[in-house]
Amino acid sequence: MSTGYLVFVESRNGQLRKASLEALCEAKRKCNGQPVSALLIGSGVKGLAADAAKYGPDKVLVADSDAFATYSTEAFADALVAAVKACSPRFVFAAHSAMARDFVPRVAARMDAPCVADVMEIRSEGDNLLPVRPMYSGKCFGVYEINADLAFITLRPNVFALAEAGAASAATEDLAVSPADVKAKVADVQASQGNKVELTEASIIVSGGRGIKGPENWPVLQSLCDALGAALGASRAVVDAGWIDHQHQVGQTGKTVSAQLYIACGISGAIQHLAGMSSSKVIVAINKDPDAPIFKHATYGIVGDVLEIVPKLTEEVRKLHEHN
Amino acid sequence: MKIAVCVKAVPDTETKIALAADKKNIDFAGVRFIASPYDEFAIEEALKTKEKLGGDTTVFSLGGPECTDVLRDALARGIDNAVHLTDADFAGLDTLSSAKVLAAAIKDGGYDLVFLGHTGSGGDNSQVPSMLAELLGWAQTTMVVKFETDGTTFKAEREIEGAHEIVQGSLPALISAQKGLNEPRYPGIKGVMAARRKEIAVKDAAALGLKGTVGGANVKVKIKEMLMPPERPQGMKIEGDADAQVKELVRLLRSEAHVL
Repeated sequence: MSTGYLVFVESRNGQLRKASLEALCEAKRKCNGQPVSALLIGSGVKGLAADAAKYGPDKVLVADSDAFATYSTEAFADALVAAVKACSPRFVFAAHSAMARDFVPRVAARMDAPCVADVMEIRSEGDNLLPVRPMYSGKCFGVYEINADLAFITLRPNVFALAEAGAASAATEDLAVSPADVKAKVADVQASQGNKVELTEASIIVSGGRGIKGPENWPVLQSLCDALGAALGASRAVVDAGWIDHQHQVGQTGKTVSAQLYIACGISGAIQHLAGMSSSKVIVAINKDPDAPIFKHATYGIVGDVLEIVPKLTEEVRKLHEHN
Repeated sequence: MKIAVCVKAVPDTETKIALAADKKNIDFAGVRFIASPYDEFAIEEALKTKEKLGGDTTVFSLGGPECTDVLRDALARGIDNAVHLTDADFAGLDTLSSAKVLAAAIKDGGYDLVFLGHTGSGGDNSQVPSMLAELLGWAQTTMVVKFETDGTTFKAEREIEGAHEIVQGSLPALISAQKGLNEPRYPGIKGVMAARRKEIAVKDAAALGLKGTVGGANVKVKIKEMLMPPERPQGMKIEGDADAQVKELVRLLRSEAHVL
């Protein structure tokens, strides 16, 4: 009988992904004394095991090999399968990242196990977990019931609390994996022009819509982003108009975000946009039209011209930071 | 080249969602179905690949009668053949079972490529592409924004956090489409007329060799209950001139909301 938790902890450029550590912390909160193992996959990632150990797993498995120097769905899938076989967990957790959503369902299919993706809350029912996840881009939620001995769950970044790092006491164990049949592999990674902080992981987002009047005014919003350490988002209308790349789009055909603070600038609040951001904690709307639907969802609303309000806001935020 | 496209019929993205009485699904009364938006990019990429390399394209859709219009729309855009995968056993499938049905329909067809949207709008699971690639034993690249193939190998660019990955691999391969992959064409009148006359093949669980293996007790994850999002508390509008509004906003974000 399978028991306990295995958490895939993603690393990129020698750093553990914060969203993966959030998943590890959630496994610790849910484990009820059952073992929790962490899994690192990569080339030269052994040194990161101590960082992962600070978040309380009983064991850190490390699949460290040149075969994982660049990402390959099939190679990473082989490593996760080997880890599942090594520790027979009941639940496998991972952050809902571009990487995990690519290879985790592949592993689930190989092991004939279910997968529940982009979970925002995990309820317990006896020994079983009831993951809760958004559907229809957050217009409603589903509470899921799992009927299997092994299940894969991916957790939305920025939603589950990150515990304080403690002393590292977990044992590190090497996991030998030699991927046999790799038919596709990453040959190159090109950094995108745009956000330094990924939208789905940003705690503050400043988003622009038609109300910014034209693409020449993005720098106005970018200055506010820089002052706040925020990521820049956009409505579908301005993406479709070609004012900005799709990677910035928030909403039903873009990204779904759960920020601590979401500042909607000149966005009217079409249902597709609201679906993608309304789980944010605090929403600020700045819009000229006092009847814009966005105001119904905003914690704080300012009726006014974005191009007048935003620069003043940037100035105030800068002053605030200077004082601190 | 033999190219397959999988298309999911989903409620129009403009739909205002209400829950059904049993709270296990949404209320489908009056809901208009469309092809999941990302599937349109998949259809377009299949057509472009055929235009370049020649071959034959087939669209598959899994579900009830709502699939028919979606299949006809794909035919109208220029897809050659359509297959409707439908059976009472296919109601309420989880992602893995859906992938099994699609795999059964595609695996012995001699296909070189499968295109499909990276996620089905509504369920928002984004799992079927990777599961299907595994069940077929093929290479995969998901969330693709740029694709090229010479018929033997492929190169695909996929969106990840803050970067693009360039993936190289060999066919057969499964490609899941992200917005930005291409500009989908609209069906012309001629295409619409021709699509009306085309036959849609129908395959059920028995024809796919799946009787008793998907659906019902084989479903490993299901919805226990659906919830509407919690109501947001009534917000406030900040009054005054621009300077006063901004000062008050910063004060509230700092002292009341504690997010600055």
